[in-house]
Amino acid sequence: MHPAISVIIFNTFSGLGFGLLFWLGLGALVPTGMSAFIWFSLAYLLAVGGLIASTFHLGHPERAIKAFSQWKTSWLSREGLCAVFALTVMAIYGAGLVFAGARFALTGFIGALASLGVVFTTAMIYAQMKTVPRWRHWTTPAMYLLLSISGGALLTGQIRIAAVLLIIGGVLQIYSWDTGDTRFKASGTDMETATGLGDIGKVRAFEPPHTGTNYLMREFVHQVGRKHADQLRIITIGLAFVLPIILLLLPFSAFFATLAILSHIAGVLTLRWLFFAQAEHVVGLYYGKR
Amino acid sequence: MTQLPPPSTKKLGLVIDLDTCVGCHACVVSCKGWNTENYGAPLSDQEPYGANPSGTFLNRVHSYEVQPAQGQAQLIHFPKSCLHCEDAPCVTVCPTGASYKRAEDGIVLVNESDCIGCGLCAWACPYGARELDAEEGVMKKCTLCVDRIYNENLPEEDRQPACVRTCPAGARHFGDLGDAESDVSKLVAERGGFDLMPEQGTRPVNKYLPPRPKDEIPEFDVLAPYLEPVASDGKGFALWLDKALSSLPGGAK
Repeated sequence: MHPAISVIIFNTFSGLGFGLLFWLGLGALVPTGMSAFIWFSLAYLLAVGGLIASTFHLGHPERAIKAFSQWKTSWLSREGLCAVFALTVMAIYGAGLVFAGARFALTGFIGALASLGVVFTTAMIYAQMKTVPRWRHWTTPAMYLLLSISGGALLTGQIRIAAVLLIIGGVLQIYSWDTGDTRFKASGTDMETATGLGDIGKVRAFEPPHTGTNYLMREFVHQVGRKHADQLRIITIGLAFVLPIILLLLPFSAFFATLAILSHIAGVLTLRWLFFAQAEHVVGLYYGKR
Repeated sequence: MTQLPPPSTKKLGLVIDLDTCVGCHACVVSCKGWNTENYGAPLSDQEPYGANPSGTFLNRVHSYEVQPAQGQAQLIHFPKSCLHCEDAPCVTVCPTGASYKRAEDGIVLVNESDCIGCGLCAWACPYGARELDAEEGVMKKCTLCVDRIYNENLPEEDRQPACVRTCPAGARHFGDLGDAESDVSKLVAERGGFDLMPEQGTRPVNKYLPPRPKDEIPEFDVLAPYLEPVASDGKGFALWLDKALSSLPGGAK
């Protein structure tokens, strides 16, 4: 799949923002007044900034409002509704802390759950795709949720929780890559079922339908950079999980904490790039490609 | 609405005969011609005369080589467009309701004024039947020429999809696959029509007819024994040359 920059930015920063809102809602951190204003501004900047970035790849962003209508069947629609709900509830909770110094615990709790709901619905957009076997697995939503809450824990300075979540996240990511590598083959879709010509013999793409490229090739048959996947996986594990864990275990300093957050973000950006670049869509089979 | 309607009794679709298709791409051209000036936004091209031309098409013809375990390889031309699936995954993923399946005849269409161009329907389609138009930013797909098949301003013989009307080989057939007595249904039954990627669970309406088995001509050639390309009983100079070449490094034994 084509790794669109706008979607990578959306997935990374919105995930972090909603992860931060989750912990704020749960009351892991109860700032009031100006301090609350800064915390909530940061969370909204990340969450909303990411959502806005995601509209950059739309052909008609001015019609985005229509995307709230099909929640009965569409995960993208559900994500939109969930995001509006979570942001509204958390705004009420945040306003209480900023202006009244009061904590509406139940509101915060609902907002925290809704924030996780946004991350889950985002993940399900990918996990529902039968056409991309690598994504169609429980590890896809599990990793989205883990990355979001571990990022949020890092930002809110909950060292012990963040370290534990990062260890689980790193292990699960390796498991997800390892099992993901064989999922395309295991899906049973190959050139023989794609063309229905398997009864005759082995199928090979002889001539493509067009001499140049097209939308399908650009969007679904992304092969650039896949050859560096192994190195990028090591970089991802190092930056997103290992380095932040080491920095957290060192005696606390603001410098190390900042470094841990920046390293984690860089790692998650790489992870998201791989998430798309390594995902193989079955339509590539019609071109004899993966 | 992107909820799928209950299955319609009328299921309009195409039957494509892989035995007959000669790979001329006339269906591709007529499709682009009709659909660029009728239903919805035109099918744009980018850099059509430049170094890197590309464009939007609703129908494309692939060519495959199939190698049986025994015998000669076959070249098979393979036209591919929207299969108007009964369980169309492209419809249910649409967040705006732009993508829909018609309750009355099963045609899958895009309401372009509702399409936000998110591309999710193209992700959900295993067949590559949908292409986002780079100029208009909306999703384009085969309409089964909905503006021809019911069009009473056209002569009756033209009330079928442009690709079917134009095919010089008669490899494309249009009709109601929901009616077991229709010509297309009989053709599918007779020739063993099949679905593409049945394991994806999309239940396509369009069917493909397999290439017929090739004739097997028994090898009978009176001159063959006299024209043996490699002599196995060389004598004299030929025998010496054969041995000498074989003894070279990498020489055939």
